[in-house]
Amino acid sequence: MQFPRHTLKKAWQLRAELASKKTTSLALTEDYLAKAKASKLNSYLTFMDAQAIASAKNFDAGKSSGMLAGIPLGLKDNLVTEGVKTTCGSKILANYVPPYSGTVVKKLEAAGSVFIGKCNLDEFAMGSSNENSAFGPVGLPQDPTRVPGGSSGGSAAAVAAGLAAWSLGSDTGGSVRQPASFCGVVGLKPTYGRVSRYGLVAFASSLDQIGPLTLDAQDCADLLEGISGYDPLDSTSLDRPVLHYGKAVEKIRTDATARHDFVKKLRVGVPAEFFAAGLDAQVQKAVESAIDALRKAGAEIVPLQLPTSKHALAVYYVVAVSEASANLARFDGVRFGDRVYPNGANSSLDEMYEATRGTLFGNEVKRRILLGNFTLSSGYYDAYYKKACQVRNLIAQDFAKCFAKVDVIIGPTTPTVSFERGSKTNDPLSMYLSDIYTVPVNLAGLPAVSMPYGTGEKGLPVGLQLIGAPFSELKLLESVAALETLFDGAF
Amino acid sequence: MAHPTYNGFETVIGLEVHAQLSTNSKLFSSSPSGTGSAPNRNINPVCTAQPGALPVLNRVAVDFAIRAGIATNCRINELSIFSRKNYFYPDLPKGYQISQYDKPIAEFGHLEIEFENEPGKVETKKIGITRIHMEEDAGKSQHMSGFSLVDLNRAGTPLIEIVSEPDFRSPQEAGAYLRKLRAILQYIEVCDGNMQNGNFRCDANVSVRPIGTAKFGTRAELKNLNSFRFVEKAIEYEIHRQIGVINGGGKIVQETRLYDSAKNITQSMRSKEDAHDYRYFPEPDLPPLVLNPAWIQAVKDALPELPSAKADRFVKDFGLPEYDAKVITSTKPLAHFYEKAVATSSGEPKLVSNWLMTEVLRMLKESEKEIEECPFPAEHLGQLVSLIKSGEISSKIAKTIFEDMWASGKNPKDIMKEKGLVQVSDPNLIENAVRKIMEANPKNVTEYRAGKEKLFGFFVGQVMKETKGMGNPSLVNDIVLAFLKGEKS
Repeated sequence: MQFPRHTLKKAWQLRAELASKKTTSLALTEDYLAKAKASKLNSYLTFMDAQAIASAKNFDAGKSSGMLAGIPLGLKDNLVTEGVKTTCGSKILANYVPPYSGTVVKKLEAAGSVFIGKCNLDEFAMGSSNENSAFGPVGLPQDPTRVPGGSSGGSAAAVAAGLAAWSLGSDTGGSVRQPASFCGVVGLKPTYGRVSRYGLVAFASSLDQIGPLTLDAQDCADLLEGISGYDPLDSTSLDRPVLHYGKAVEKIRTDATARHDFVKKLRVGVPAEFFAAGLDAQVQKAVESAIDALRKAGAEIVPLQLPTSKHALAVYYVVAVSEASANLARFDGVRFGDRVYPNGANSSLDEMYEATRGTLFGNEVKRRILLGNFTLSSGYYDAYYKKACQVRNLIAQDFAKCFAKVDVIIGPTTPTVSFERGSKTNDPLSMYLSDIYTVPVNLAGLPAVSMPYGTGEKGLPVGLQLIGAPFSELKLLESVAALETLFDGAF
Repeated sequence: MAHPTYNGFETVIGLEVHAQLSTNSKLFSSSPSGTGSAPNRNINPVCTAQPGALPVLNRVAVDFAIRAGIATNCRINELSIFSRKNYFYPDLPKGYQISQYDKPIAEFGHLEIEFENEPGKVETKKIGITRIHMEEDAGKSQHMSGFSLVDLNRAGTPLIEIVSEPDFRSPQEAGAYLRKLRAILQYIEVCDGNMQNGNFRCDANVSVRPIGTAKFGTRAELKNLNSFRFVEKAIEYEIHRQIGVINGGGKIVQETRLYDSAKNITQSMRSKEDAHDYRYFPEPDLPPLVLNPAWIQAVKDALPELPSAKADRFVKDFGLPEYDAKVITSTKPLAHFYEKAVATSSGEPKLVSNWLMTEVLRMLKESEKEIEECPFPAEHLGQLVSLIKSGEISSKIAKTIFEDMWASGKNPKDIMKEKGLVQVSDPNLIENAVRKIMEANPKNVTEYRAGKEKLFGFFVGQVMKETKGMGNPSLVNDIVLAFLKGEKS
């Protein structure tokens, strides 16, 4: 199977072409815009032609430079952009134009990034298939009758289909990694606190992180470097140095000796719980082939236990919905967004609230708000929310114990490859199960990355998940770079 | 101490005070704090709860809350947690209020109060303070006919809520506590303390129980208490209402009641069944607030002077009687007025205190004014005292001038000149007057010199009359005596 990284130009390759004047940012931008507009995948909700062209011209005029400058990028439509519609895939924000831009968007702008547009997503990032978007589902580039995953499905599909050189998504329970896995691209969820959340429309505040979706480890490292860093506007962002992820990955990618030395010192943990019932056999085979390849290359493979991880999905669906129920309270039709009056001018305040939220929120969003109201309500708080927080701590402790023994934990990103559109929409539980390997990571606040490694059913991409200790993004991305050469037979 | 009783019942009262912190910016955003601007000007993405915006805690507000905790003898918690209090209302932008719930910044404090349950009988009592927590204020709604307006200038303004123990047994005790608490918050410069514009607000939990019962009665929460007087009157009304219900065979229901100051009654607003489930949970956008001991100590070291310390200083430095010092330091503006007056009094702090305690406070009481509304500045009182001291005016003239100061706001020197109220201290002028009186009353002079010394007063009175009351009294005394004794002529 040819992965997108084999057929499409990576951002670092485009950068070289721009540097050698083989092409211009304007030419690139127009090309990506044209392809994105012609695509039937529905991966974009809003195009940002004017800004994109202006940024590209700026680059060509020498007014911007650096790793991100001049290169076309897609933004998940839950990243607020001043003056540009930000819908979160919801009818309630169908016409919302934010008065400000978030920290990450500002960083990218300052770095000369070219924004192609705003990418489709599950409404308020709630979903695993992109079928929950109020503006229609996104198709899997490899087979449009299947889902690209979610909630950052538009961002992942755009990269996999060459409609953006790279993109940003957000990951609350797997929303970057799971679509990366389905679409055959690299998707990273940074350590909680690594990237500012200011300007990311909150789904579950203690779990959300913005992360890059790219064609390979190199691009992922470069984009991560561009968006990371402490932000005084986000009290949960952490003041830790931003490392030179790009340089480190480049060394692994280009220097065979360094690569071999790196893998020989690598301790790779394999938790039994990630290979239990429910895992598709072909996915398992692909993941095991990656483990074999690492072993053969000299890495130490360490069997592990993560006994509390089996509770992660339950804990996640208490913590995430509880936070979401409060985070989504501001969408009340009062200050912004659309408003519905069921009885015209005679509507009472409560009627306006009910009609606005009742008709403009989608079913999955309403389901989660209801769940969250329940889990936080007096009399149930201790049994649900409080208990979930306690188990969450145990899960984090489990991981911490593992990272005393290993550098990275390896396993599948999802139990299956991409599934058919509509196959799980009436069964929320089976839909939730597609995040079973990704949610423990968010609960523990860890960094993790999904990379394509082999194929499963119908030749569709399988995602390999690598999980690291807090702030070990560098090691994770070096591992991905090493595995890319292993898979390509270039080790 | 016997508690006041009401027809066989006693009352149990607890108070919740919301004090607006006088910081420059809001509790969680850089928007300017405070009112006064046109509607919806002091707002930004955070305080209008734009999607994606996040709160960042204002450090100065934390300092202020610590100050309040220290000044009310609380324990400052080194770890406190912000929570979300969820409810829908148009002036609550996020759909939740960020507040502190199970781990507040300060706990276990107390205040000593003085009050008179019976007129003239001063009692003291220690009132427990359960907790002080930080939270943000909501915006303001204005309901028009058919629509409502929302102003978010106030949304996000920092508040502290100070919750007392149910330690009050009369409206007077509640009033004394509130006055003392407000004075302290003003002293430590964390709250302006204006009740009318709502930056010092109070809710009262009131219940009654038959004397001798240990269990508390069912309580009602009283709201809309916009002045100290209303707090006392509303509680007074509520006590009698509850006793009436019980004596009539009824039961008190737990509810929130609004005070109507025009009718002086309380009215049910909502019962417990209608109460919100606020679904509190820890605010995930803010890490726990961790205060290291050095931070708390630094705030303690920089704490502005408290009323008791100021009173002690006034006794020591100015030689004021303790009672006077206490009265003058009872509110910061009064103490401030006094200190400013002393500064211009040519070193007469006791005389200033006398004038302040008698004339100024009397006039304020008569006109139902606060010291901030005094028609003349403190410096004028000091100048008046200074004129008395230098002998330019007598105390009697000073009273005349004071009345004019109160009425016109003019400074005492100008009044003195305008009205020709300058004291005659020129010995020549007085001697002339004495000669004139002695010449006109030779018989009295003879009688005095023969031993009828009580005629001295006659001569002094005549000389004062001659000088139109402007004669410097002690000088007049001295000169009259000298002439009568024949030392001068």
